[in-house]
Amino acid sequence: MQGPRTVQLVYLARLRESFGTSGERYELGGQIHTVADLLHALAGRGGAWSIELAPGRAFRVAVNHEVASPDTRVAPGDEIAVFPPVTGG
Amino acid sequence: MTVRIQHEDFDIARETAALRAGDPRVGAVALFVGTVRDVNDARAVTTLSLEHYPGMTEKALAAIVDEAKSRWDIYDALVIHRVGDLAPMDQIVLVAVTSAHRGEAFAACEFIMDYLKTRAPFWKKEQTPEGPRWVDARSTDDDAAQRWSTTGAKV
Repeated sequence: MQGPRTVQLVYLARLRESFGTSGERYELGGQIHTVADLLHALAGRGGAWSIELAPGRAFRVAVNHEVASPDTRVAPGDEIAVFPPVTGG
Repeated sequence: MTVRIQHEDFDIARETAALRAGDPRVGAVALFVGTVRDVNDARAVTTLSLEHYPGMTEKALAAIVDEAKSRWDIYDALVIHRVGDLAPMDQIVLVAVTSAHRGEAFAACEFIMDYLKTRAPFWKKEQTPEGPRWVDARSTDDDAAQRWSTTGAKV
């Protein structure tokens, strides 16, 4: 069952491999209101999380399939994806 | 306006014919076809694996095509992008645009491709004799997309 403050996290491409998972359900703590808050919390897990999500690393975030910025709000029920810069075509 | 993401190969002649079928206004069809090279950054490539983000990729491509439609007087556009494991010389992507005259079709086709490279969520992983590696984004692709605008966030 989805909790009252749960979001779906999605990890793609190289970041999926680094994190060892394609995604997870994540309970938003009371202090998580923006993309920046969420990234800070994830980086706090240490290991690959702190390395890949460190300031200055090249990665992108999308909230509900729209490109997001650090101050984009996150809310329960959102799908939030973290992925490397794109390389299609 | 059609956007397709698929594992299967595509037939350029058939797709082009379908795009302009029944539209006598069309006087120009511009096409771009991207294919797999056997060498990248001085390393041999044996397999190119393409991944996308289902849901977002389709929306991003549709937004790019809509943007082209609003900027140029084009009649129709088609984007087909393959995903999965591809081999050297395989087709990766097709962008086709119809218009009355070539200038609009060429410009819109190039615009769609430049934006696709920097804004559509696709990722390439190469298998090489030295092992697998993810392809890095190129600053030259950012520069190409930047020519068209000074606004909008890249992906």
